[in-house]
Amino acid sequence: MENTLLTTLTEKLKAKFGADLINAEQQYDFPVFTIRKDKIIDIVKSLQEDGFNFLTDLTGIHYPDNKGQELGVIYHLHDMPKNTRIRLKIFTSINDPSVPTLTGLFPGANWMERETFDFFGIKFTGHPNLKRILNMDEMNYHPMRKEYPLEDAKRDDKDNSMFGR
Amino acid sequence: MSEVKDKTNINAEEKVLSTLNLGPTHPATHGIFQNVLKMDGDIIRGAESTIGYIHRAFEKIAERRPYNQITPLTDRMNYCSSPINNMGWEMTVEKLINAEIPKRVQYMRVIIMELSRIADHIICNSVIGVDTGAMTGFLYVFQYREKIYEIFEEICGARLTTNIGRIGGFERNWSPVVWAKIDALLEELPKGLKEFENLLMRNRIFIDRVSGCGPITAERALAYSFTGPNLRAAGVDYDVRVAKPYSSYEEFTFNIPVGSTGDTYDRFMVREQEMWESISIIKQALEKVKKEPADIFHGNVPEFYLPDKQEVYNNMEALIYHFKIVMGEMDVPAGEVYHAVEGGNGELGFYLVSDGGRSPYRLHFRRPCFIYYQAYTEMIKGGMLSDAILTMSSMNVIAGELDA
Repeated sequence: MENTLLTTLTEKLKAKFGADLINAEQQYDFPVFTIRKDKIIDIVKSLQEDGFNFLTDLTGIHYPDNKGQELGVIYHLHDMPKNTRIRLKIFTSINDPSVPTLTGLFPGANWMERETFDFFGIKFTGHPNLKRILNMDEMNYHPMRKEYPLEDAKRDDKDNSMFGR
Repeated sequence: MSEVKDKTNINAEEKVLSTLNLGPTHPATHGIFQNVLKMDGDIIRGAESTIGYIHRAFEKIAERRPYNQITPLTDRMNYCSSPINNMGWEMTVEKLINAEIPKRVQYMRVIIMELSRIADHIICNSVIGVDTGAMTGFLYVFQYREKIYEIFEEICGARLTTNIGRIGGFERNWSPVVWAKIDALLEELPKGLKEFENLLMRNRIFIDRVSGCGPITAERALAYSFTGPNLRAAGVDYDVRVAKPYSSYEEFTFNIPVGSTGDTYDRFMVREQEMWESISIIKQALEKVKKEPADIFHGNVPEFYLPDKQEVYNNMEALIYHFKIVMGEMDVPAGEVYHAVEGGNGELGFYLVSDGGRSPYRLHFRRPCFIYYQAYTEMIKGGMLSDAILTMSSMNVIAGELDA
């Protein structure tokens, strides 16, 4: 059943958007579509008209090894009446981390995008209130990026030779 | 309170709105979150929320911990029903490794999850009473939450942050004391709940106080990605246990209570009825468990589940597995998985991206409380300050889940 969902949606998206659909695959029980970031609003709008009217989750990810495509935003959409779920991924370069906002289509994306901005530094263009939400406003880096270690490297009150960190 | 008539004849634009800081530490808000309110007398005209006071960077920590060490992190999200978080995480990893879990373990997990759901709803409903001034219900019904804590303590040793279960099942088989305590609880809890309901459910003063307080329509709730009792109170019958059953929930018969206006009274009633449904699910699970062989308490996942000590001393493979698990070196396939469970507040999702290493590459918690708290400023506009407090407590906003 999930395979047919993957193939039907791939057909539909390819027919409407052609080359904007970069990749389509099945991960466990989710069809996953990688799309071009400029077309995210159009694609989500067309999926919304198809029935995917619920935004389950929105989060970011950082692959420092994918040069030019380091930062990603991942959307989980849910079609409640038909009980199907899909995942959308868009990638953007770390030097230009701006992505169109989904708050126009889903008001619930507001805080989810703020959290993604807080953690990864992805700027959502058109967001009504893009501020940090969970970290301090004075923080001047985006902590979930892979280059930042879990602990502050400049700490001098702990002796790491005894604890295998 | 529904409508407030404006008795002054000051033009609205000429009014000066006062700013009130419902500060992060406030005895009436249950948790640490701040709301800056623009008040016109006693009526709220605008609000702005600030959260993040209890942010503990779980997602960053999880990138450095092996899979079995992330369970204590999940405890601390919705700490009122922490077993549900634990079970959800364990099921996510089991989905990633395609583990098969025996039926008896699944039924035992259902019992634990429903007990913690009852515990969570007991807090929320009795605290709605407390915020209206009715403290008695809270005092009497917390006794049953104490009994649920005792059951958790018998199973895993802890009351609140339980770290219950392991990837693959439970850490040890449940002793007869546990089964006896569950039976005793099922004897007394219905009477206690009925007593609590007699106090509040049809109480004229209570209904007048909470009806129409902080309503939200189903369309707005879906747009804000509400899930759980708050969404069901608005009229949408979405429950993860029914939509995407996990851990054998498809074998159980239960109803989903649904409200209509999404106000505080509907949220109270939905949670109250869900407690009765949970009691019925636990009874069904107890019947099902009796039919399964009584010595199974974990699945066959030797790479994640600590082997028996006798095996470790005598068997080479068991020794290697023991060493690898304790040192946190587990082999998982690379891939990404999203698994959701019905938490006390709604769809608690775990998005796990694995690159085959000992710890997740990226772990994201889809926290229902964080997502529906966005709508709070919209829900309290036009109401009075005490209604804002009541709306917050009836939405069951738990700071741990807000910030993670």
